[in-house]
Amino acid sequence: MSAHAKDPMLPRPFRVEKVKRELSDTFTMELVPAEGGGFSFAAGQFNMLYVFGIGEVPISISGDPGEHERLVHTTRAVGKVSGALDALKVGDVIGVRGPYGIPWPVEAAFGRDLVFVAGGVGLAPLRPAIYQAMANRERFGKVMVLYGARTPEDILFKKEIERWRGRFDMDVAVTVDRATGKWGGNVGVVTNLVAKGGFDPQNTTAFVCGPEVMMRYAAQALEKKGVGRGSIFVSMERNMKCGVGLCGHCQWGTHFVCKDGPVFRYDSIADLFSIREL
Amino acid sequence: MGQPHDLGNIIDAHPFFDGIDAELRTLLVGCAANERFEPGEFLLREGKAADKFFLIRGGTVAVEVDVPGKKPIILETMGEGEVLGWSWMVAPFMATFDARATVAVRALSFDGKCLRKKMAADPALGYAVMSRFVPVMAHRLQQTRMQLLDLYGVDAEGGKKKKKGKGD
Repeated sequence: MSAHAKDPMLPRPFRVEKVKRELSDTFTMELVPAEGGGFSFAAGQFNMLYVFGIGEVPISISGDPGEHERLVHTTRAVGKVSGALDALKVGDVIGVRGPYGIPWPVEAAFGRDLVFVAGGVGLAPLRPAIYQAMANRERFGKVMVLYGARTPEDILFKKEIERWRGRFDMDVAVTVDRATGKWGGNVGVVTNLVAKGGFDPQNTTAFVCGPEVMMRYAAQALEKKGVGRGSIFVSMERNMKCGVGLCGHCQWGTHFVCKDGPVFRYDSIADLFSIREL
Repeated sequence: MGQPHDLGNIIDAHPFFDGIDAELRTLLVGCAANERFEPGEFLLREGKAADKFFLIRGGTVAVEVDVPGKKPIILETMGEGEVLGWSWMVAPFMATFDARATVAVRALSFDGKCLRKKMAADPALGYAVMSRFVPVMAHRLQQTRMQLLDLYGVDAEGGKKKKKGKGD
C-alpha cells in the first residue's frame, strides 16, 4: 500500500498537462500523476487540490471515470486558491488528495429514465455521470440533460453539449436566464425544462447539481412532475478542510458534506434546505 | 380560421383548458381562431392593443423588449402547450412586451374583447378562465424572481468557500 493510500491527509503530486479556458472565469485542468500510476474515481467524487504555499480547495472531478490515466477538474476562479489554480501553467505540480465523497448512484439507476438537471458550473460535477451513462446507454430508458446557464456566453462545455445533442439516444435541452435576439434557443429558468417533462416520473432517477437555490427549485419541479424524493439526488457544497469527516468544517445538520455527501438523496436532506441557520 | 368543431378539438387537445366543461368550451370556440405566424412575425407588440391571447400549438415564441439600436432582450421563450398573453384581461389592455415567432408558430388565438364580454355575462366561464390563468401568472412571477436572483452569477454563488469548482 502506498503512503498516499495509508494517509488520507498526504497529497500526491500531479503535474498539469493541459489547461483549457472554458469561460471567462472558468477553466479545465488535466492532471497526470507526477510519480506515475493511475487514478480511479467514481462520478460525483471530489479531490482536495493543493497549490503549494497557497492552500487547498475541494474541487469535483469533471472527467470520465472510465479514464484512469489523467485527472480532469473544471473550476471557477473566484478565490485565492482557485485563482492560484487558474494561474498554473503546463508542467506545474500540485498536490492532490482524494477521491473523496459519495458518488452519483449511476448503476442504481439502471433500467430507469435518467435525468440530469444542471445549473451553471454545476454541469462539471455531473459530467462524469453523463459519461458513465453514455458508456452504459443501453442500460437506461431515456437519458436527458437539462441545463441552465446565465447567458449564451456562459454555457459550459458548449461544444460537448452540441455533440450530446447530436446523438439520437439522448435528449439535451439548454436554457439561459437572459439573452439577446442573437440567441435562438430557450430563455427561462431551468425548472421550465423540468416542467416540460418527457420522462416517466414514476421510473426516473434525477441527478441535480448547481447553486443550492437552483437545486431546491429543481427538486421541487421534479417532485411536481411526480418524481419521488427518494429518486432525486443533489450534490451539496459546504466549506471543507480535511475532506474526510474529521475537522467538522463541512457539517450540515447531522451530516458531514465531505463524507456523507457531496451527493445526497433528496429525501434525506430536503428538510435541511429550509433551515436558514445551516 | 378553422371550423368550430375543429377549434373545439384543438381546445380539448391543449393542456391549458384541460377539463373544461363542454358548454363553456362552446363559448370559448366562439372567440377562437386558428393562426399561423412565420419566423420573425409578431404575435404581440409592446404598447399596442392586447386584443388576443394565444395557446401555442407548435413552434417557439420569444417574449422580448426592444432596445433601440441593439438586438432585443429576450425575457422568455415559450413553446408548444404554453399560453401567451394576459394583458387582454388587464385594463388598459395594452401589450407590455413584444412576442415574436422565432420559428413558424401555430397557435389558437382568442379575441380578448369577445371573451371579456362572455366572462362578464357568465361567471362560470369567467372562473374557468381565471382559474387557469392565475397559476400561469404565478409561475411567470416565480420564474421572473428566479431570473432576478441571477443564480449562476459569482455573487449569488459566493459567500462561502465552495467545492465543485465554484469556490475558493
